[in-house]
Amino acid sequence: MLLQIRGLNKRFGGLKAVDNVDLNVERGEILGLIGPNGSGKSTVMNLIMGVHRADSGSILLDGVEIAGRSPSHIAERGVSMVFQHSRPLQQQTVLQNVYLALLPNRLLNLRMSADVERSAREILDMVGLSAVAERFPSELPFAGLRRMELAKSLARKPSLLLLDEPFAGLSSSEVREFSDLIRGLRSDGRAIILVDHNVKGVRALVDRVAAMSAGQKIADDLPDAVLSNARVREVYLGGGDGTIKPVDAVPATAPTVLDISEVSVSYGKGRALDGVSLSVPAGGVTAVVGLNGAGKSSLFNAICGIVPSRGEIRFRGESLAGKRADEIARAGLVLCPETRELFGDMTVLENLKLGGRNMPVAEMRDRLAYVENLFPRLAERRRQYARTLSGGEQQQLAISRALMMKPALLLIDEPTLGLAPIILDVISEAIEAMRAAGDISLLLAEQNMTFALRHANQMYLLEHGAISWSGPSKDFMQQAGDRLL
Amino acid sequence: MLKSRTAGLVLALALVALAILPYLGIGEYALSILTLGLFFAVFAMCWDLLFGYAGEANFGATFLIGTGAYTAALMSSNGVAPPLVCVAAGAVAAVAAGVLLAFPALRLRGPYFGLVTLVAVLILRQLIILFSEYTGGEIGIAVPDIIALDSITNYHIALGTAAVTAAVLLFVVRSPFGLVLEAIGQDSLNAQVLGFSVVKYKLAAFCISAFFSGLAGALMVFYLGTASANVFVDAAVGVQIIIAAIVGGRRTIIGPILGAVFLIAASEYLRPIGSLSEMGVAVVALLVLFFLPGGLLGAVRLLRGAR
Repeated sequence: MLLQIRGLNKRFGGLKAVDNVDLNVERGEILGLIGPNGSGKSTVMNLIMGVHRADSGSILLDGVEIAGRSPSHIAERGVSMVFQHSRPLQQQTVLQNVYLALLPNRLLNLRMSADVERSAREILDMVGLSAVAERFPSELPFAGLRRMELAKSLARKPSLLLLDEPFAGLSSSEVREFSDLIRGLRSDGRAIILVDHNVKGVRALVDRVAAMSAGQKIADDLPDAVLSNARVREVYLGGGDGTIKPVDAVPATAPTVLDISEVSVSYGKGRALDGVSLSVPAGGVTAVVGLNGAGKSSLFNAICGIVPSRGEIRFRGESLAGKRADEIARAGLVLCPETRELFGDMTVLENLKLGGRNMPVAEMRDRLAYVENLFPRLAERRRQYARTLSGGEQQQLAISRALMMKPALLLIDEPTLGLAPIILDVISEAIEAMRAAGDISLLLAEQNMTFALRHANQMYLLEHGAISWSGPSKDFMQQAGDRLL
Repeated sequence: MLKSRTAGLVLALALVALAILPYLGIGEYALSILTLGLFFAVFAMCWDLLFGYAGEANFGATFLIGTGAYTAALMSSNGVAPPLVCVAAGAVAAVAAGVLLAFPALRLRGPYFGLVTLVAVLILRQLIILFSEYTGGEIGIAVPDIIALDSITNYHIALGTAAVTAAVLLFVVRSPFGLVLEAIGQDSLNAQVLGFSVVKYKLAAFCISAFFSGLAGALMVFYLGTASANVFVDAAVGVQIIIAAIVGGRRTIIGPILGAVFLIAASEYLRPIGSLSEMGVAVVALLVLFFLPGGLLGAVRLLRGAR
């Protein structure tokens, strides 16, 4: 046994990030560690590497306890980790970046050596970067940088290689190439643990999958067995299958309120959205579903003019090109962001009034009555500071503040993120009330399939920044449900 | 390879030119400004090693410089040793004080290292005032000995110190050690995961920086004839060193020399316009920061790259 973890625990404040996890990894094995956003998988990796210190539990590497040691000590014992984001040496070449990783941890090392350089070139050859050895990291594409980071880790000749979301931000063809590369790194002595959001992405690559949810390990088996595991399905797809009666599609005669064609968003070298097209019919609920990192928030921010994008976005027939975020919001297209962005040092009422600041007093009073009727809890808490509200109340306030602007189209990014089931019901009721009133259209971004299916008339599945399925929500489970695992 | 050889040739020629400068009819006043500028250049280079490479902002450069200067001055004024021994003792004392300060401070994260170094300057200054019986307090200590009387020799001492410092620091930052140091400055966590003990490398860099800072501080005492807190132990002087290094071009070692000479010369020649001079220097520094974020040397590189 190369790695043996027993009873691992880690708390961040009130959050139990890792809850009594056991994990074994054999030599020569590739283990996939999966789980939704916030399930604790990256924390497990960071605990193994010593980036965080475990509260309790034991991590044995080759029978030696490494829990509580420093990252550099753990690195010297043969563990190496490739981070999702790291800052390479920008003034040095790709070759020198790998050269760095080959250096011993010794101060009196003052001469460059030709042997080390030769080894660095061999490693670059292994990851397919020989041709760009003399280039600077800033000249490499995103996938090339990922390869360079992998090369740095390989230079350490690790017996245990940790890869944190190795495929994030890569296109599907790059994912395939990178998978092949990782597969080639398996050797008798070396084990690999890789973190990913879902089983699907790693199924063909890994020998075994451990699934996590809310800090606990909920499954540990062959990939296909984990895929059909009831607990795992519940975590990814929400409640039981078939218990929800999906909403019918909006009649085809309904006018289109939002029409998006070929919208792309890039952050530096990473492409978050790749030619997304969708349309939102008036008077219904449309949901964009997808895993964390699929590009949902980028899409919503692009629609609202918060991040620059290419492609065309038309709201009620008018192009939004060149409009500022505040102009778009005043035109009736309002975003309730994932992060909520409440004014913590203002009261509930002050937050709401800010939403309706452009209205005549009488209209604002009506509007206040409307949102307080939708969320009676807020009426009780008018004078309370927003920061003192519970998570669920904050979400209600965020939606209400957006509603105060009298949107024709309301975008809610992750309405259920981090909320308890009882709060979900409150938000569910509010969404149904809005639908019944019929004077507002809704576009939701969701990871929680159950919630999306309960409300949406039509759904779009976003994967790796592109729409991979769209249609009426009643067909979703049958046609696309398995893609989310 | 060719590029670094050309750069080396340029540096060697510049050094020769600077060395024969006093014989080309340059005035006494200009020579004294250059001498001060070159001492200041050593301070700025040492700061660049810590900030540009190790990624630690040292707001307490004058803690190291002051320790070196006052050690040398105290030894000399009490007749303990001849000047050169005092200078060597000053450099060693600066390293010792630097280790005492940095060893705990480097374990802190975020901006706390910088704050600790700033506080260290204030404490040293208070100590000097508190023990004014021995240190001369605000007035300072006059040193009875001198290393050299004539201005040309003094200029050559400053030039030699700056040249040796530059050579050692350039060698260090281009060595594998320097590569690791730079990696730590860029992404400390990544460097740790590659197996490097971050504190060890930073502490070594701090010692090198302290050694040359203390050395130049001690030499400057014998050049000026006095050690006073306003010159050697002052947070404002520390800020000037930072400005010099950044205006010259961070992470270049050579750039801070240009920045330091420029800053000292500008404040001397602008002295006739009174307090406006400080304003003028600050405005120039601001313009450089806005329009040449790579500093003066960065601009030279940009031009060369364009060609």
